[in-house]
Amino acid sequence: MTLLVYTENREGKFKKATFELLSYAQELAKNINTEIVALSIGDVSPDELNKLGNYGAKKVFSVKDEKLDLLDNKIYTAVIADILEKENAKIIIFPDNLSGRALAPRLSAKLKAGLVSGVVDIPSSYDPFIIKNKVFTGKAYASVKVTSDIKILTLSQNSFGIKDPSSDTPQIEDIKPDISCIDSNLKLLSVDMVTGKLLLTDAERVVSGGRGMRSPENWNLIEELAELLGAATACTRPVSDEGWRPHDEHVGQTGKIIAPELYIACGISGAIQHVGGISSSKVIVAINKDPDAPIFEVADYGILGDFKNVLPELTKAIKETKGS
Amino acid sequence: MKILVCISDVPDTTTKIKFTNENKELDKTGIQWVINPWDELALTRALELKESSGGEIESITVINVGSAASEPTIRKALAMGADNAIRVDIEPKESYFVAYQLAEAIKPREFDIILAGLDSADYNGASVGGMLAELLDMASVSAVSALNIEEGKVLVNREIEGGTQKLEVKTPFIAVVQKGIAIEPRIPAMRGIMMARTKPLEVVEPSNANCLTENLVYELPQPKGACRIFKEEDIKELVEVLHKEAKSI
Ligand SMILES: Cc1cc2nc3c(=O)[nH]c(=O)nc-3n(C[C@H](O)[C@H](O)[C@H](O)COP(=O)(O)OP(=O)(O)OC[C@H]3O[C@@H](n4cnc5c(N)ncnc54)[C@H](O)[C@@H]3O)c2cc1C
Ligand SMILES: Nc1ncnc2c1ncn2[C@@H]1O[C@H](COP(=O)(O)O)[C@@H](O)[C@H]1O
Repeated sequence: MTLLVYTENREGKFKKATFELLSYAQELAKNINTEIVALSIGDVSPDELNKLGNYGAKKVFSVKDEKLDLLDNKIYTAVIADILEKENAKIIIFPDNLSGRALAPRLSAKLKAGLVSGVVDIPSSYDPFIIKNKVFTGKAYASVKVTSDIKILTLSQNSFGIKDPSSDTPQIEDIKPDISCIDSNLKLLSVDMVTGKLLLTDAERVVSGGRGMRSPENWNLIEELAELLGAATACTRPVSDEGWRPHDEHVGQTGKIIAPELYIACGISGAIQHVGGISSSKVIVAINKDPDAPIFEVADYGILGDFKNVLPELTKAIKETKGS
Repeated sequence: MKILVCISDVPDTTTKIKFTNENKELDKTGIQWVINPWDELALTRALELKESSGGEIESITVINVGSAASEPTIRKALAMGADNAIRVDIEPKESYFVAYQLAEAIKPREFDIILAGLDSADYNGASVGGMLAELLDMASVSAVSALNIEEGKVLVNREIEGGTQKLEVKTPFIAVVQKGIAIEPRIPAMRGIMMARTKPLEVVEPSNANCLTENLVYELPQPKGACRIFKEEDIKELVEVLHKEAKSI
């Protein structure tokens, strides 16, 4: 039996989340004395695939087929299920992101394998299999027992650190799946990619603004600070609804859920729906002129004041610290 | 064309969550129950399409797996404008169980587009839509942020990491919807509320389904230590702390 990790590439490159997933898998594999097999779908170079070995994968299945470029969940699921059966994998780990959420449930139903999504820790017990996940939009955790033989997990991003890479390389096996007879219901018409911008879900630091920023012109202050910190920019829902900022920056229960190392919330009241999307951030800094703003209840550090003064001062002070 | 919207009955998003029975159950006292926000937006979009499609969409049905206690939420969906409703008469236990109940109830009927939400505000499985698609052996498109019907063609926008794809999809299929599908949820008008009382709500018997997982016990997050507040003139000090203690810059 093995442990299978679904590794996702973007334009042929693996991202931090993949290495985190493998680091997490190492811990599980050690505890149940098994090996990690990684599954990669798409066109990835051997050098890049080798990196999966650096983070603990003993074997890598590299699946390539033009038909898979369409990201048809049904076909993907059939391919993954096929490999799982051959490998006799008992635990399958996906990232808790768009693709994990698209594929894990289908696979779960296909294999009658219990799915725990948004896992935040290693299992507290392996037999019975018990593991903790986020529920009630991050307001609580549940300890979930999985009763099926095969278990599927999606791992919350940034809930587990990345282990130092080794120089181990994996055994790579190329697979050409037999999917010629499956028809797709999907036809791709066009793709629109965000370019030249640090993606929120990849960012280690995020600077975010709310309605307290008053108007979109004031965002230059946010952008300046973000640039200095190598951070992505984000906003609250009313801000994107107003059209002050693009929709892909909206964080919260109905937007993106993020967990960066540092989240700076400026002119944000801290409504429960907003906090649901950021509460797993490692350090939260809030800037608000209202001492009773609920954001101070979830923040680690706060600056009480007007953003117009605070943001330039903060940017200046950070520049000085970095310079010294 | 017939549309089905899966609706789950969840605590209002502002609810303070508490547990009871040695943290094994949600404490339901004082909770206000609502249509899961994604499902409310999915239904809103379905209604908009029906109104603008010039008769192409015959009906919009909503379906819920739940006890009689979820009927007020189902009636609200009817008041918003759904034509009829199905309730599978059993308390939801976990995602696979719910998806199985839905699949069995849907099998004898025909729908062209089935809508489910990205995740529910209760157990956040983010799973029922995808599971249902597999159980019905249907195509599924996840992270759908726009749904349109143009000249009989179904067009969707799908969010992928770092961008958006525009797809044409052959029916039948399941769309798992997220932000963007509709802007504001529709608020039922008085007339809708009156009409909802007489719209058909069919109660169907549950099937024999297995559970694959079980939530044993819940816990609340550790309360955060008090927030350290700095005044405007002490920003330098904060930066020092962020740099040296928190190591975040
Ligand atoms: C079903 C549902 C889902 C939702 N999902 C989300 C979600 O995903 N994400 C989300 O963000 N919201 C969401 N909301 C909305 C949420 O309830 C709040 O309305 C929203 O988060 C408030 O945004 P805000 O903090 O930008 O604005 P406000 O609440 O208006 O807060 C502005 C803050 O700025 C401060 N301020 C004002 N002027 C200054 C100044 N000069 N300097 C410094 N501070 C200043 C004020 O003191 C105040 O605290 C949702 C709501 C519902 C009902
Ligand atoms: N009890 C239920 N009855 C009907 N639909 C449901 C139920 N639970 C979940 N769903 C649907 O599945 C979506 C995702 O829920 P979940 O997988 O529980 O996060 C919801 O937005 C609903 O569309």
